[in-house]
Amino acid sequence: MSEQQVSASVPTNKPDADESARVEKAASERRKSGFMSGAAGRNVGLVVALLLLCVVGFATGGERFLSLSNLMTILSLGSVLGVVAIGMTFVITTGGIDLSVGSVLGLASVWATTLATQSYGWVVMVICALAVGVGAGLLNGLIIAYGRVVAFIATLAMLVAARGLAELIAQKRTQIVDVPAFNDVFKGNILGVPKIVWIFAIVAVLGWFLFNRTTFGRRTVAVGGNAEAARLAGIKVKRHLVYVYALSGLTAGIAGVMILARTSAGSSTNGLLLELDVIAAVVVGGTLLAGGRGTIVGTVLGVLIFTTLTNVFIINNIDSSVQQIAKGAIIVGAVLLQQRLTRRTT
Amino acid sequence: MVTADPPQPLLQMQGIVKVFPGARALDGVDLEVLPGEVHCLLGQNGAGKSTLIKVLAGAHQPTEGQILLDGEPITISDPVTALRYGVATMYQELDVVDGLTVAENVYLGHELATAGFSQRREAVRRTREILRRLGHAEVSPTQEVGHLSAAGKQIVSMARALSHDARVIIMDEPSAVLDSEEVGNLFRVVKELTKAGVAVVYISHRLEEIREIGDRITVLKDGRTVAQNLPVSETPTQKLITLMTGRTVEYVFPEAPETSDDAPVVLDVEGLGLRGVFEDVSLQVRAGEIVGLAGLVGAGRSEIIETIYGARRATAGTVTVDSKRLRPGSVAAAVDAGIGLAPEERKSQGLLLDEPVYRNVTLSTFARFARGGLLDERAERRAAKEQADSLELRPAGVERPIRTLSGGNQQKAMLARWLVHGCRVLLLDEPTRGVDVGARAEIYALIRRLADGGAAVVVVSSEIPEVLGLADRVLVVSEGRVVHEGPSSSIDEHQVLDMVMEGSVA
Repeated sequence: MSEQQVSASVPTNKPDADESARVEKAASERRKSGFMSGAAGRNVGLVVALLLLCVVGFATGGERFLSLSNLMTILSLGSVLGVVAIGMTFVITTGGIDLSVGSVLGLASVWATTLATQSYGWVVMVICALAVGVGAGLLNGLIIAYGRVVAFIATLAMLVAARGLAELIAQKRTQIVDVPAFNDVFKGNILGVPKIVWIFAIVAVLGWFLFNRTTFGRRTVAVGGNAEAARLAGIKVKRHLVYVYALSGLTAGIAGVMILARTSAGSSTNGLLLELDVIAAVVVGGTLLAGGRGTIVGTVLGVLIFTTLTNVFIINNIDSSVQQIAKGAIIVGAVLLQQRLTRRTT
Repeated sequence: MVTADPPQPLLQMQGIVKVFPGARALDGVDLEVLPGEVHCLLGQNGAGKSTLIKVLAGAHQPTEGQILLDGEPITISDPVTALRYGVATMYQELDVVDGLTVAENVYLGHELATAGFSQRREAVRRTREILRRLGHAEVSPTQEVGHLSAAGKQIVSMARALSHDARVIIMDEPSAVLDSEEVGNLFRVVKELTKAGVAVVYISHRLEEIREIGDRITVLKDGRTVAQNLPVSETPTQKLITLMTGRTVEYVFPEAPETSDDAPVVLDVEGLGLRGVFEDVSLQVRAGEIVGLAGLVGAGRSEIIETIYGARRATAGTVTVDSKRLRPGSVAAAVDAGIGLAPEERKSQGLLLDEPVYRNVTLSTFARFARGGLLDERAERRAAKEQADSLELRPAGVERPIRTLSGGNQQKAMLARWLVHGCRVLLLDEPTRGVDVGARAEIYALIRRLADGGAAVVVVSSEIPEVLGLADRVLVVSEGRVVHEGPSSSIDEHQVLDMVMEGSVA
């Protein structure tokens, strides 16, 4: 909620200057007390990490790293991950988890590219992908909220089942996008920036708005912070959980469309193991796995850190195995930091 | 001296004082336990029994005073030391691990092992022996504890105490989870233990049990021992109740205006029941009236108001607010109809501890301030600030995390939540729990002010003087039934206690 706090001290607080000054002071003291531990401090820490990564990239890759085209490569690689991570941020903030996003993305990409679906044109393809995502998410949510199955298991089941259904539909073949209009709409650039990066940007902004400025976001934080208190305050906790998982499914569906735009191929292997990168990015971004605290800005930074890291490695021709080790180290480091944070506040 | 010297006390506590930040939980407790006796500890809620147990179990260190075992002063620095001295505790909440076997539970924390390899067969053998000694050979040591009944789990808990060669066993309300047949069994085991020279410190609210099993009684009140070593057979019930009642701390209750009989009935509960917990509860609360529910912990008081609120689904009866019947089992419906609940466990049931005060205050109303799903935080802050100021919330300001507030101020924030909501009915469960004495008067005045503003208020409290002082009318609940209803001015603490402690046998 760093975003929230920043906005709180913007001079909209005219009634009590004294009060707002004190809030300001408290906030700055918090920053001082632990540069990485305050909510705002965490995002600053992520930005610093990202910048350091860029310095390393420039030092080792030079022009190859610091070029417009490479920047766009990083952003478009991060877009698919990022869109799903926005949905995941909501899920994790409620204290849940959605392991099925990668499979649902794959299923959406396959269902949207069957010969039958493609025959109706690009609009139906997109609607189909989004509907698959929302449908899977709704089912997850219903099973978790009303069937009282823990999220880990319910979405693990969806992970397996959705992947299976995708294989069944695609017959394990790759389905090429053969609708020129689809490519016209989603491929290419606007103002020199790939369209899928625009989609990521739009989803991120909408996600930030939904998280910080709407009743939906407030309920998400309340349910994750203390589900019983939320229930006793009159919030319909179960219904809200269903919406949150549906939202996560929706972002997986959007990401399915983006994959089609990037690769022109619907395949049951699309999004394989994506859920792991997504969860890692969200957690590194500062959203608490225990729920009750989430940050969209942090998630976006987490996504950028991960994709930039991959890019730096690739530019330097470093083995992908080493990349994985480095990623693992980063995840552990971030979680250790989080634990310090939670201990401090509880 | 005609009689022989009394036996050397096994365990003695002398002048035990325990100070917590902001509260003197124990303020001079003396206790003397003889070998082979059942020593009963009696006292109302908040008298200090739990703290005393924790001092004996090594969970708390006394601030002053000393503990003697066999006449030798000892220091119980932690739970392991307590067990080494042979002081074992059976807590009220059964502290067994469901996923482990009986033998594993019995030897939990002091596993039998050679060089790290657990000697399972030996543990099973010894457990079987202990169970036989307890007269429960039918419990298998290799059985998973999760499959046992509450009584079975208690046997395991007792076996664990014996596995430490306990000389003193503290039993905190052991009968609370048992039915009458199982209680009989428990008593038989207790008698066998005492015959073998083990001393039992027995804590219970049920006087009839104490009459049956106890030898001597020590009475605590407000953290002090007020009577020591009363022989059970010669002490009349009236005397015990007199010792337990009467406060040294004076509560200040606000003046209660007459509720006129033609004030509209706001809350009407008819024949409400929750199977196995309480049944046939009916009550009407008029606008401006405060109704209190008195009774012991576990009598079903909290369950009653949670059911009225829809947090539990009633199995019988109806709840009507302003002559509109509520959908059972729906908190949202209750809140929409204008009911608010300040739950017993404020921290775990009421608050988002890391969120700022204002968001806690508007937790049930933020959607109302919002327009088209868009939050209006400025309006939320303003409304929260307004209520916080009128309730004199300290420290002032609504931006800090609610975690940083004192118990009394957290409770004020809970009340502010329902003030912002504009409640017709307020259900308050233990409104002064964790609230220091000074802030209590403030909370009482606040509750009265809410009633004067036209709200119908229901208050639940374990502290009988609180219910009687605050409420206009009082319902006494015992074992899931309403045993008395009437104006609070026509009944005193003594009579209420009499009803809830003895009423259960009638």
